[in-house]
Amino acid sequence: MKLNINNKHYEIPDSYKEKRLVEYLRDDLDLTGAKNACDMAACGACAVLVNNEVIKICHAHLKDVEGKNITTIEGMANPDGTLHPLQQSFVDAGAIQCGFCTPGMVLTAHALLLKNSKPTRLEIRKALIGNLCRCTGYQQIIDAIEMASKYY
Amino acid sequence: MQEHESAILHCTGEAVFINDMPVSENLLIGHVIYSKHAHAKILEIDFSDAVKLKGVHSILSYKEIPGINQMGPIIHDELCMVENEVTSIGQAILLIAADSKEIAIEAEKLIEIKYEPLEAILSIESAIEKYNLLAPKRKIERGNLQKGFEDSAHIIEGTLKTGAQEHWYLETQICLCIPGEGNEIKAYSSTQHPSETQAIIAEVLGISSKDVEVEVKRIGGAFGGKETEANHIAAWCALLCNATKRPVKIHLFRDDDQIITGKRHRFLSKYKVGFNDEGIINAYSVELNSDAGSATDLSMAILERAMLHADNSYFIPNIKIIGRAYKTNMPSNVAMRGFGGPQAIAVIETAIDKIARYLKMDSAEIRYKNFYKIENNNISPYGQCIENNRLFILFDKLIKSSDYIKRREEINEFNKSNEFYKKGMAITPVKFGISFTTSFLNQAGALVNIYKDGTVLVNHGGTEMGQGLNTKILKITSKELGIKLVKIKVNATNTSKIPNTSATAASSGSDLNGMAVKNAIETIKSRLSEFVVDEFRKKYEGICSKKHNIKFENNFVYDIKIPERKISFNELISNAYLNQISLSSTGYYKTPNIGFDREKGQGKPFHYFAYGMAVSEVIVDTLTGYNKILRTDILHDAGDTLNKGIDKGQVIGGFIQGTGWVTTEDIKWDSDGHLLNHSPDTYKIPTIQDIPEDFRIELLEGYPNENTIRKSKAVGEPPLMLAFSVWLAIKDAISAVGNHEFEPDFSLPATNEVILLSIEKIRKLQKEPA
Ligand code: FES
Ligand code: FES
Repeated sequence: MKLNINNKHYEIPDSYKEKRLVEYLRDDLDLTGAKNACDMAACGACAVLVNNEVIKICHAHLKDVEGKNITTIEGMANPDGTLHPLQQSFVDAGAIQCGFCTPGMVLTAHALLLKNSKPTRLEIRKALIGNLCRCTGYQQIIDAIEMASKYY
Repeated sequence: MQEHESAILHCTGEAVFINDMPVSENLLIGHVIYSKHAHAKILEIDFSDAVKLKGVHSILSYKEIPGINQMGPIIHDELCMVENEVTSIGQAILLIAADSKEIAIEAEKLIEIKYEPLEAILSIESAIEKYNLLAPKRKIERGNLQKGFEDSAHIIEGTLKTGAQEHWYLETQICLCIPGEGNEIKAYSSTQHPSETQAIIAEVLGISSKDVEVEVKRIGGAFGGKETEANHIAAWCALLCNATKRPVKIHLFRDDDQIITGKRHRFLSKYKVGFNDEGIINAYSVELNSDAGSATDLSMAILERAMLHADNSYFIPNIKIIGRAYKTNMPSNVAMRGFGGPQAIAVIETAIDKIARYLKMDSAEIRYKNFYKIENNNISPYGQCIENNRLFILFDKLIKSSDYIKRREEINEFNKSNEFYKKGMAITPVKFGISFTTSFLNQAGALVNIYKDGTVLVNHGGTEMGQGLNTKILKITSKELGIKLVKIKVNATNTSKIPNTSATAASSGSDLNGMAVKNAIETIKSRLSEFVVDEFRKKYEGICSKKHNIKFENNFVYDIKIPERKISFNELISNAYLNQISLSSTGYYKTPNIGFDREKGQGKPFHYFAYGMAVSEVIVDTLTGYNKILRTDILHDAGDTLNKGIDKGQVIGGFIQGTGWVTTEDIKWDSDGHLLNHSPDTYKIPTIQDIPEDFRIELLEGYPNENTIRKSKAVGEPPLMLAFSVWLAIKDAISAVGNHEFEPDFSLPATNEVILLSIEKIRKLQKEPA
């Protein structure tokens, strides 16, 4: 089966189809940005984008994403290695404490902004309901997304 | 604003947590088989089939522990692995090392453990009934309580239950152990207390501390839950590593983590308060009863901090505080942000709230009248003077900035014209003592290395768990040496660099470690200043430069009296090296002039106090109990903040964590002590939807804190207690159902269910003829 991850093509043996995406990305490809924090699709720490939709990969298998385009946090930065404006906003707004939820937060926010480039604070709250953060109290995450929206 | 030092790494996914570390192919996965009974005898354990399973490398019971079977941090009353009897659910019975988690789980299915259940104490009520004390009761008192009550025009009594709380750090407990030569072992542990983790690994393995190295780069959230609990995972992991002589990793599943680990202590508190017509409190007695769980852990220190916060921000002339910790068959409860403080503050805030309703006054007024004063009435029940009192300034500013008086009227209007929706509002203060109350723990070490190229590597004993400690350490180093941040790095915390550290806890991480780093830098600066004076003497004619006039600033080192005499930092460093000046130093700090006599309940346990205040407004749907925070205003005292962005982040995060505890985080167990809500689906920590719609956070400016690192204040725990503004605003809204004529039944957390029951009761009372 074929897969596109962060604009790179992968040929994957069919025997991998039943493998969980979280293990494939983290263990086989060493893309460890996505975290496994609950293993039950309830916290969003493992979120990646599949065709720009948010998917919690602790509950997804390779067969579920066959032929699709996957963006992980490692694929967010600009090609020249500088931070994507959304990443920069997370840094500037102080939206990061322990950082364990951050990759999932950034990608979920990215998916929102791709669809709705000028979300209200209420719309931001709605879109991120599936991402838990125990450190920040979320306020600065909302600030960061609002800050970044002018770049979308 | 200086960003969090790892922020860029986090948002690119490059930041490495323990589970992200590349490990050699022969890594084994550790798995814990734990007790499923709260109290039982173990009759038989059979793992003969499991051990034969392909891919299983080792199965250990307590019999295979080469050292001491103990992991209690202070009192040795907590077995590392169960022997013949389990005293709570979650205690380790067997450890498995296997090629994969899947194989370990397969092996678990082949294990048979036969129990004979014994009677278990599962609630604090039954522990009290059986008087199953963990340790003798503690007492703090002042004045004449009996006379205090006699002189009071009014007396109110009550009982308050405050619930447990799960830490719910995003990164579950984890440890990776790598065997070394001979006895050596290195543990990468998600621990807040590397030195204790080191000591406990050494004890269970029967080796000495010098052979155990514990390293902590970063932790994915901790909140107290990795202060002692992390030792357990590390000890189990080390046992498997030692038995197999291969790298082993234990990373708990979320549900196992929630089932095994202890929580914030549940408290059942009784109180009696005497006051006059004005609402001024004359006498207060409170009994704080905590559920310690099955072992001592830090329960006595937590109880002590609770007792030391029974007064919160209020001067009470006649007071008696009793503390009792009870032993139950619950997993041993542990530290959590606030460390007992929140449980005691909830009681006095409840008492004040009741006084206000009783006297038909605004609770803000009662609070204000009872605050510690500046000149007199400023001694705490344990004899410490409340210095640098910020209560009045915070109150005055916040009442104005939150528009409290006008909004109070608007809320009253709203409540008159709405039958099913009610609004409520409350302002609550916090005064929080900073220091470990076990005085000797208030010490820290650091090691600062300057390399020949002028870059600096800082080691200290604190752990970075998201709170921004390393970012603050960077700033302190940069300011003290007068060099740019990019030239400085803070190393992973490692027991081989800094020995005998205290836990990163009690909000004191920056206070203690920041000072130790500063002291190390001062030693190096003193050497460099001496050297530079000598250099200047050789180079310049005229009067000699004085050592105390040498300043480090903007990448230069110069004489403040004769500023032309200057040399770049880099040049100085390379010259100093060539002249055989040591460019490395340790630093040490201990908090001065503190001490507390536990027997007498008197002393100066705290270096200083941190203050904060919050006003919250909520709306409650009286038909469903659903509630929402409409607006919160916080004004918090962080002294001269070391980093505004980070400190604000701590205030917001702490407040929201507190909000979870007082509203939705309701832990439920069944009648056998099994945790019922061990997933994020059933245990509700705040989501992004739960934070106030209108959320205004400010730090108090212009009030430096003397005698601390760069005049700052600790900020980790105090804001959690500002969440009482939400809790009491909900109560205020409930009270509006009965026109504030009836005292609502209330407990903590105020779940929708609690709210509905309380409203129902008020409606019933309303119908009853007077
Ligand atoms: S780990 Fe996948 S949603 Fe929590
Ligand atoms: S920053 Fe720690 S969980 Fe979000």
